Amino acid sequence: MAAVALMAAAALLAGCSSGDGEDTGDNPLDGEKAEAGTVVVGSNNFAESTLLADLYGEALKAKGLKVTYKHNIGSRETTYGLMKNGSVTVLPEYNGSLLAYLDADAEQTSAEGVNAAVKAKLDKSLTLLESSPAEDKDSVTVNAATAKKYRLTSDSTIADLKDVAPELVIGGSPEFQTRQQGLKGLESEYGLKFKSFKALDAGGPLTQAALTRNTVQIADIFTTDPTIVKEKFVVLKDPDNFFGFANVTPLVHKDGLSQEGVDALNAVSAKLDTETLLALDAQVQLDKKDPLDVAKNWLKSAGLA
Amino acid sequence: MNVLDFAGAFFGDGAHWHGYDGIPQRLLEHVQYSLLALGLAALIGLPVGLVTGHTGRGGNALALVATAARALPSFGLLVLIVIMMGFGLLPVMIPLVILAVPPILVTTYEAVRSVDPAPVDAARGMGMREGRILLQVELPVALPLILSGLRSAAIQIVSTATIAAYVSLGGLGRYIVDGLYQRDYEKVVGGATLVAVLALVTLALFWAAGRLAVSPGVRRR
Repeated sequence: MAAVALMAAAALLAGCSSGDGEDTGDNPLDGEKAEAGTVVVGSNNFAESTLLADLYGEALKAKGLKVTYKHNIGSRETTYGLMKNGSVTVLPEYNGSLLAYLDADAEQTSAEGVNAAVKAKLDKSLTLLESSPAEDKDSVTVNAATAKKYRLTSDSTIADLKDVAPELVIGGSPEFQTRQQGLKGLESEYGLKFKSFKALDAGGPLTQAALTRNTVQIADIFTTDPTIVKEKFVVLKDPDNFFGFANVTPLVHKDGLSQEGVDALNAVSAKLDTETLLALDAQVQLDKKDPLDVAKNWLKSAGLA
Repeated sequence: MNVLDFAGAFFGDGAHWHGYDGIPQRLLEHVQYSLLALGLAALIGLPVGLVTGHTGRGGNALALVATAARALPSFGLLVLIVIMMGFGLLPVMIPLVILAVPPILVTTYEAVRSVDPAPVDAARGMGMREGRILLQVELPVALPLILSGLRSAAIQIVSTATIAAYVSLGGLGRYIVDGLYQRDYEKVVGGATLVAVLALVTLALFWAAGRLAVSPGVRRR
């Protein structure tokens, strides 16, 4: 119960802080301002964000900039405030998720449209740099056995599930059940009615375990989850962008980064695609390598450091 | 909106009163999980506590095991067990039973130990066998304390059984977990209220059980 209560408190706090978007007055979360000339690269509290922050930071260092890291800060509710007041200069973001945070009702029809909408909604001190093709978003993913049974391949799309959905148990986080970008939308837009729904976590260890053990045959898994490689899950294609956009994109505090730094980060984005990111994530999360080493090695092999 | 408004909105919504996600169904599931866990914990804790308390041996070992078990985080244990064993009711029962055994075990042991030795010696002197001494002399005197151990175990189970929802089972935790993820705080408050009420009902039941089962001569006046 203590754990649940703690989660409740955390979520309530997060819920509160997301409301006061413009309040920068006497926020106790205000850290000290970054030292002049030093780029502070921050990351959210999950493995991929740390890896991406290391990629950005090392790319900036390679151009001779002074960089310090602030890893594992927390969720977007926290980091967005720290970006606004300049405590953090660079943060890896996901364009569609950021837009949903800034404006929950925004339509997401194209990657360019999403970035334009984000820029319009962002605080004046912040901007988005160029998006990478790498996407980490929700997906409808089947396990190896199910893929084999129903002949689903990596070329199959969500719509191909129409005939087999009633035989499959789907798993996802509890909010997946009530979201438009979830069960509701899958039913209304694709006519998919699944046998039943199991409430798990948001693409975390429970969902991975349930899909691996065939407790569910199909689940919402993030597209750069290394378990996809390890367990030979099949991610179904999403040609209609049902799950929106989640391109890895650097969010930047304008005053803190020189043009040289901007160019360096754009160069990283240009070379980073979903497969590359998935491979790098696998090195960190499956092979337990130090994300900083993984970042340095990739930058070297890509000719960016 | 304050917490009372949330609770009012939750309980006022007719949709929350029927179906597989309705309050009666979730309440029933919660009571089932709790009773099963309490039963299993009592099955382990009571005999061991009675025997060790009667013989007076193993007290230190018990205290050690009980303290260690209390230090285990139920929630972390649950996720670990599910990932290792898969989904189902058993992985939920393990952390709940581990949570509930220490209070039952330790209070039962202490309850039997603290029985006045005079009547026990008298019973032994009259030729009663050890088993009868335990059940007919020590147990009735120790009963109020034993019940208090069961009571605190039951209340801990009722409040902790909410974690079953985190691994896709039902129970009142379903409202709390779903509500948090769906940012539907009416559900969270409603679920938490129901858990609190159930804990109070558990308290009342144990009070009633104490009135019925404890001999008037032993009951504190």
